[in-house]
Amino acid sequence: MTQLVTDGSAGERLSPRRSLLHRLDVKGSPYLYIAPFFLLFLGFGVFPLIFTAWVSLHEWSLLSDEHPWIGFGNYTALWADPAFWNALWNTASIWVLSTVPQLLMALVLAHILNQRLRGQTFWRMSALVPNITSVAAVAIIFSQLFGRDYGLINWVLGVFGIDKVDWTANSWSSHLAVSLMIIWRWTGYNALIYLAAMQAVPKELYDSASLDGATSFQQLRKITVPAIRPTIIFTVIISSIGGMQVLAEPLLFGGNGLTGGSDRQFQTLALYLYEVAFGRFDFGYASASSWVMFLIIVIVAAINFALTSRLRRS
Amino acid sequence: MATTLAPPPHRVSHTSSPRRRRLRRSFRRRPGKLTYLMLTAIAFFSFFPLYWSVVVASQDNSALGKVPPPMLLGGNLWFNLKRAFTMVPFEQALINSFIVSGAITISVVLFSTLAGFAFAKLRFRGRNILLLSIIATMMVPTTLGIIPLYMLMAKIEWTGTIYAVIVPAMVNGFGVFFMTQYLSEAVPTELLEAGRVDGCSTIRLFWHVVLPAARPAAAVLGMLTFLTAWNDFFWPLVVLTPEDPTVQVVLSTLSAGRITDYSLSLTGALIAILPLLVVFVLLGKQIIGGIMQGAVKG
Repeated sequence: MTQLVTDGSAGERLSPRRSLLHRLDVKGSPYLYIAPFFLLFLGFGVFPLIFTAWVSLHEWSLLSDEHPWIGFGNYTALWADPAFWNALWNTASIWVLSTVPQLLMALVLAHILNQRLRGQTFWRMSALVPNITSVAAVAIIFSQLFGRDYGLINWVLGVFGIDKVDWTANSWSSHLAVSLMIIWRWTGYNALIYLAAMQAVPKELYDSASLDGATSFQQLRKITVPAIRPTIIFTVIISSIGGMQVLAEPLLFGGNGLTGGSDRQFQTLALYLYEVAFGRFDFGYASASSWVMFLIIVIVAAINFALTSRLRRS
Repeated sequence: MATTLAPPPHRVSHTSSPRRRRLRRSFRRRPGKLTYLMLTAIAFFSFFPLYWSVVVASQDNSALGKVPPPMLLGGNLWFNLKRAFTMVPFEQALINSFIVSGAITISVVLFSTLAGFAFAKLRFRGRNILLLSIIATMMVPTTLGIIPLYMLMAKIEWTGTIYAVIVPAMVNGFGVFFMTQYLSEAVPTELLEAGRVDGCSTIRLFWHVVLPAARPAAAVLGMLTFLTAWNDFFWPLVVLTPEDPTVQVVLSTLSAGRITDYSLSLTGALIAILPLLVVFVLLGKQIIGGIMQGAVKG
């Protein structure tokens, strides 16, 4: 065996052409293998993002062939645009209403799932089934459930003596409805992510806590949460990125209307972007709002990171 | 300060006598009736909207206008299905969705495995910084590039075609990251070195050593990619037309208008969910494993 190997490499050393090919293969092929990713990503990921910045500095309508340079004109117009601030407010409100209960419930659910359960796979699957349901389907099903006159939710509220709610009509009720769609779709997914992190926490910690008489809920608060804190922060960041992009729910909730309700009461930033770009074909203005959204996401992520490192140090 | 506050975890569990160990075992969290009750409630809320879509899809609209709303299946499912397939191009949408999701899945798995192999097992200049930049791309929200992407597609005359949906999704950072993590553990470096000594070219190593080892992770990545591609909404809605759509785009057509025909639109939702639900029932365990694996690494 050893004989064979040395023979083989000796044979290679003898032929200079083959050894050159071999060196080329070793040095060059890694780049060949990662090239598809980078080429496609440069073309369809990075280039659009940079080009957005360029377009945002022009008056760029799809309806006209002239695209005059206006500097930061789109940005100053955006600053003065009440519809933009309204969309920003709605996005923040829906984000808080959906993320806070969602992550808390996901923690509890993961804590429940983190036991030696009978039928483990079934329970995990039932937690994840909302997440494989497409966002458009979720929005349509919940829009029906939230119907004013014949919706199931209003009927159930009626049983408890609560008056019918016109869910799309008000700011608070529509935010609540949209948030509920997001909560339903994402709680189980986050629970599984927490569960994965929880399984890495040493079991002995729980054992000694039980010996000391700690309840299950105390164990969750005092042991689990500190131990999986990085994962919690990860999910907060991911859900803030997702929260900035909420579009399908308000779009379909409002019967495919681009304004998110008659008074824009549930128009999110992404929906506003969609309206400006593909309702009014004002690409310059829409690009400016894309970049502002991007900056907001970066700032939110930076705040998250700052908070994290603070927490770690203390 | 930190040292006084937090004792290292292993000190907390002191070595124990056999008696104490027995005691401890009895304290291990054992799920009681309450746990299963809560889990049943959660399962109910998870499945109810899906059940509800079947209920609504099997009723006619006049039955839906009753108080209380019907809770059981009606006899109109077949009728509504026929309506859905005649009123919107649902057949074409299903075909498109299968082609789009299938093509994206194959491409993502192949390119991610290739790149993952390079990052996990090959040495080259700039490897770390390139891998880091791939992880950074996972943080960039795709919604923001949609306008120039649309302009690009208009320029090369791909708007309204499924190429516009497939090509930008052919790679993603998560896939590369996922395969890199998996391959760095699953493929023994000694095996690759032995192959090298025997004069194997890198591509043959990839083909004969890496690909077989990558199979389990590739399957998981494939399923996750298929789910995401099938459910993608915003970009297909922007770039495709209602005449030649994907399934999700058809759903938005069905729900348009002030007064929605709910038995029709929920029939559409049901058709859109069903293929994934079948996949999920068959392969749910692997999909869950994949999500949890990705989470630990992420």
